[in-house]
Amino acid sequence: MSALIQARLQVAFDDFRLDVDLQLPGRGVSALFGHSGSGKTTCLRCLAGLERADQAYIEVNGEVWQDSARQYFMPPHQRPIGYVFQEASLFPHLSVKNNLIFGWRRIAQHQRQVGLEHACELLGISHLLARKPDTLSGGERQRVGIARALLTSPKVLLMDEPLAALDGPRKREILPYLERLHDQLQIPLIYVSHAQDEVARLADHLVLLEQGKVQASGPISQTLARLDLPLALQEDAGVVIEGEVDAHDAAYQLLDLKLPGSDLRLRLTHEALAPGARLRVKVQARDVSLSLADDSRSSILNRLPVRVCALRAGDNPAQMLVSLDADGTALLARVTRYSSDQLGLHEGQQLWAQIKSVALLG
Amino acid sequence: MPLDASDLGAIWLTFKLASLTTLILLLIGTPIAWWLARTRSWLRGPIGAIVALPLVLPPTVIGFYLLIALGPHGWLGQATQALGLGTVVFSFTGLVIGSVVYSMPFVVQPLQNAFSAIGERPLEVAATLRASPWDCFFSVVLPLARPGFITASILGFAHTVGEFGVVLMIGGNIPDKTRVVSVQIFDHVEAMEYMQAHWLAGAMLVFSFLVLLALYASRRGKPAWS
Repeated sequence: MSALIQARLQVAFDDFRLDVDLQLPGRGVSALFGHSGSGKTTCLRCLAGLERADQAYIEVNGEVWQDSARQYFMPPHQRPIGYVFQEASLFPHLSVKNNLIFGWRRIAQHQRQVGLEHACELLGISHLLARKPDTLSGGERQRVGIARALLTSPKVLLMDEPLAALDGPRKREILPYLERLHDQLQIPLIYVSHAQDEVARLADHLVLLEQGKVQASGPISQTLARLDLPLALQEDAGVVIEGEVDAHDAAYQLLDLKLPGSDLRLRLTHEALAPGARLRVKVQARDVSLSLADDSRSSILNRLPVRVCALRAGDNPAQMLVSLDADGTALLARVTRYSSDQLGLHEGQQLWAQIKSVALLG
Repeated sequence: MPLDASDLGAIWLTFKLASLTTLILLLIGTPIAWWLARTRSWLRGPIGAIVALPLVLPPTVIGFYLLIALGPHGWLGQATQALGLGTVVFSFTGLVIGSVVYSMPFVVQPLQNAFSAIGERPLEVAATLRASPWDCFFSVVLPLARPGFITASILGFAHTVGEFGVVLMIGGNIPDKTRVVSVQIFDHVEAMEYMQAHWLAGAMLVFSFLVLLALYASRRGKPAWS
């Protein structure tokens, strides 16, 4: 991981303290995830310079934005960021087009790497240019807000719960656009959210915040599988795997997905996709069962050889959580304590994981 | 012609005074209103109260203090004399100063409300879109506060047209210099020229009504102060 975004922040409000040391990769999507009041939005606002942390050192791509030790604070309008607020916050007195070029006009010509047409096409808003913001739907407004931020050709794109103010269908309307940004742009994105499904779909790197402190920070595939974090105890605990599309069985409509850095495969019912494409799936802990031997007489398609990494009791005393390693890919299984004892589960044990369902994300 | 030359002179003078006062008030009232709308300083309360004083004080009280301050022995009068401007009491300049003080709340308060209503968010958005604070003020705040500026201008102008007590205290009653319409009406009544008083008073009534009508119609259902 090339840590290109560094932020050491200390903020004290009346009844809240934030004390974090963030090291975020310079590419992909980093999610700041936590409950409301965990300090994730404050982190983002400090990065943008909208909030001035008492003690802060912020460095992005080798450029210092704030260094309280030297009394240095770069004002927000000089930071090369794009910021998407929870509510799109379009300027009501400007047309969509004038909203879009508001920031674009204010950066030097040679810095303009994203053009109006490109941004409109990415977000699907070309047909809205002449409209006024108050005639747009919530989803359209948020897409314009994202395009407007992109048009400043930012070095970092900051998003503060951009979907939280939208209802379910509007969320589903925008998520594919966010995935496109993730796939097509080189701009690192820092995404604040308290919604696990959004994080599972978008994030490459996960930072877990709790009461102003960083609880965990790491690649999402590893962080979600950690048994020492409260995430593993949740009902819908599970892991996210980004695999590589491989062969397709047309007769059975089965798609093979290669696990990263391994020859192991997951199979899921899906139409054919271009081989080599990346596909993200979620495997929930409750859908993984364990068996001492491979059982080819089972109806379960996905059976992988795994090694037990760790065990811990679940919130419910009848359950055990087991973290597993499938040739480099982390999995999580939730089994009954009874089964755990019957199988004699212990660290380092080799056994078979049977995966009942693999959910496609996105 | 029901209005004679002195009436027309008074109308012209009133118009000049109200226009100039409104212009000055927009220039100095805007930063004051901006500061009042955004500051977290403890001075916000006291300054806000001072600006609002003319709303409750009798005009004669304001006029009296201005007369003292601007007079040859007052601190403002000393200052104007030191600057070689002489004293400004009983002059058009004095009238403008008095009107600016007297009409201040009618300009500052609508502007302050308009600025407050904009909130923090558009300013933050503008900043993240590379707009410096000045740029943001002109490209975002001014257009968004437009209704507030219209209200402030109309109220500032109309209120200056309607002033009497302050004018009489610091301006006196000098034709074409300080004799505005309200004073002229007073003179007519004193001289028992009821017909001429009627014409001027009627004109003021119609003018005031039309101004307020325009104001309320433009606010469409919202109270004029918001």
